[in-house]
Amino acid sequence: MTDRAMIQIENVSKFYGIYKALDDVSLSIAEGEFFSLLGPSGCGKTTLLRSIAGFENPTAGEIYIDGVPSLALPPNRRPTNMVFQSYAIFPHLDVAENVAYGLKRLRLSPEEERKRVGDALDMVRLSGLGQRKAHELSGGQRQRVALARALVMRPKVLLLDEPLSALDKKLREEMQVELRTLQKAVGITFILVTHDQYEALALSDRIAVMFGGRIAQIASPKEIYQRPRTRKVADFLGGMNFLKARVLGEQGNAVSIDAARFGAVNLEKPQGFAASNGHVTVGIRPERLRLLWDEDRAPHELAGRIENRAYFGEVTHLTVGVDGLEHPLSMVETNNFGADDLPIGAEIRLAYDPDAFVLLAEDPPVTRV
Amino acid sequence: MTAAALETTAETPSPSRRRAWMRSDEARGLAMISPTFLYALALLFLPVLIVIAYSFWTQNYLDIDRTFTLENYRQALTEPIYRDLFIRSLWISLTVSVVTVVFSYPVAWFISFHGGVHKNLWLFLITVPCWTSYLLRVLSWKVILGYGGVMNTGLISMGLIDKPVTSLLYNSNAVVITLVHSWAAFAILPIYVSLQKVDRTLIEAARDLGDSRIKAFFRITLPLSLPGVISAFLIVMIPTVGDYVTPRLVGGKDGVMIATAIQAQFGKAANWPLGAALSVTTMVLVSLSAAAVVFALKFTIRRIK
Repeated sequence: MTDRAMIQIENVSKFYGIYKALDDVSLSIAEGEFFSLLGPSGCGKTTLLRSIAGFENPTAGEIYIDGVPSLALPPNRRPTNMVFQSYAIFPHLDVAENVAYGLKRLRLSPEEERKRVGDALDMVRLSGLGQRKAHELSGGQRQRVALARALVMRPKVLLLDEPLSALDKKLREEMQVELRTLQKAVGITFILVTHDQYEALALSDRIAVMFGGRIAQIASPKEIYQRPRTRKVADFLGGMNFLKARVLGEQGNAVSIDAARFGAVNLEKPQGFAASNGHVTVGIRPERLRLLWDEDRAPHELAGRIENRAYFGEVTHLTVGVDGLEHPLSMVETNNFGADDLPIGAEIRLAYDPDAFVLLAEDPPVTRV
Repeated sequence: MTAAALETTAETPSPSRRRAWMRSDEARGLAMISPTFLYALALLFLPVLIVIAYSFWTQNYLDIDRTFTLENYRQALTEPIYRDLFIRSLWISLTVSVVTVVFSYPVAWFISFHGGVHKNLWLFLITVPCWTSYLLRVLSWKVILGYGGVMNTGLISMGLIDKPVTSLLYNSNAVVITLVHSWAAFAILPIYVSLQKVDRTLIEAARDLGDSRIKAFFRITLPLSLPGVISAFLIVMIPTVGDYVTPRLVGGKDGVMIATAIQAQFGKAANWPLGAALSVTTMVLVSLSAAAVVFALKFTIRRIK
């Protein structure tokens, strides 16, 4: 991964009639980066990806691929290749012919072509399946063919449109590891579109979270999970306990707030922070709350009672009612110590770390012209 | 249960098994198609068998001599008049099917890819000519192509020719033109259906892998719509070989096809066995040439990679 920008998206908008699919999107993706576009369906992530590939024509803005303004170029003239959600394996060709499809144009010698196809199939661990027809392949194999077919072209950017969404959970997790390894091995810029936050967190160097055609936040997986900028981003990336808090005072880059029963907390001021009527929303992730057993003591404690319990195998999700809090807190406990056996109604104590709170900015109102 | 036990139950169908079969999908399917099936058997299959039987017999004035003979086939295959008619019929039907498919494909492609929300309206408009009688449609071509017809007067008024062209009507060209027009709708529909089934993402994938629009068409769209092209071809070719009305009305002397000869044998000449032999020979020839065309099309498409 270098600092050179491979993709530069500048003020790209796309309107379908009065519907804004993309609303003034700007971002830059570095060479060799694994970048994810994350968001719910209809947020514009696929439209953005297809605009980079050349299948959508943005209404305004410009996309530079490796420094070349590319919106005027048709898909076949762009140094990008795509792995389609449906894989789009050509049904009338076998696996080797599918992989060699784009190479035909390069007029390689037969040996060279065979070698590149063979290498590509090795890379996705499909060696020896070259003669199979598309309909004889499993979902995972089709996915690999689609990958090999795109990678064999040695694109500058590989675009992946929800490539794993059609696979079952186990296969999906396997392919995630493989995708990441593959990307590190080939060093090509990958842009992944997904609505699965765990997939984005596990694979990416950076993630852009999108809502309503706009980018809500771009950051590394860790930062975006731990320091989400807005309530919506926080919510989309996993469970979060939201609290209304009162601002006690601001000092430089820090804000001091009164987080109801959690007491006074000092927080870092996020970008674009503004309190409304002296109130702000703060959040704390469920796994940052910890059950205290018997004699355990913690510097910051809170008493509550279990209102609900859901068993998830390795963890148990607890809903804990705390007097003086508007909403019950949700927390996640590993099942090592018997959290799955706690009866509903049990009085418990929980520990928290004041540093785990995040100050959340208000979401910009979603504008649909 | 062991394999042996399974075998014995399979060999002796008990009443309960029979009842189960009566409720099965297979039995229901057979019950569903049986009226059509019986109809086809009585009115298609049996008549063809009778025609085949006749082709091996001999006409003896008013009686039929039922001793087996190949004399009719000898006549059908060696008499120059029949040979010429066979060749012309096959040639005309082949030309008609090629021209029809070539003209219909772009229409079907346009509707499928650029028909937008009005696809059904387009298809409806294409079938509109079929609402008038076949006879009227053929006759209207007489008006268009005739000596004082639309075509000639039009060309004269444009100053392109100074006296009417007589080569437009009463020859095989007129038959081809008329048949192409009559069968276009029947070719457009199957091609349209197979184009509709082409996954558009595949075309995007081809473009993504470096194909221009035209290349993607020849490498993806065309091969994948081949089943439609083949059915269009067969739908046009098979009936046109034996077409009777069109050659009669617009074909003139040079446009006579085999059906006219067959009709003559069953009618005026009153030689049913020879007529039957000519019919059977036509059937065999059309099947062979259709198979040849299908094979050739598939082969050509497979060469495009």
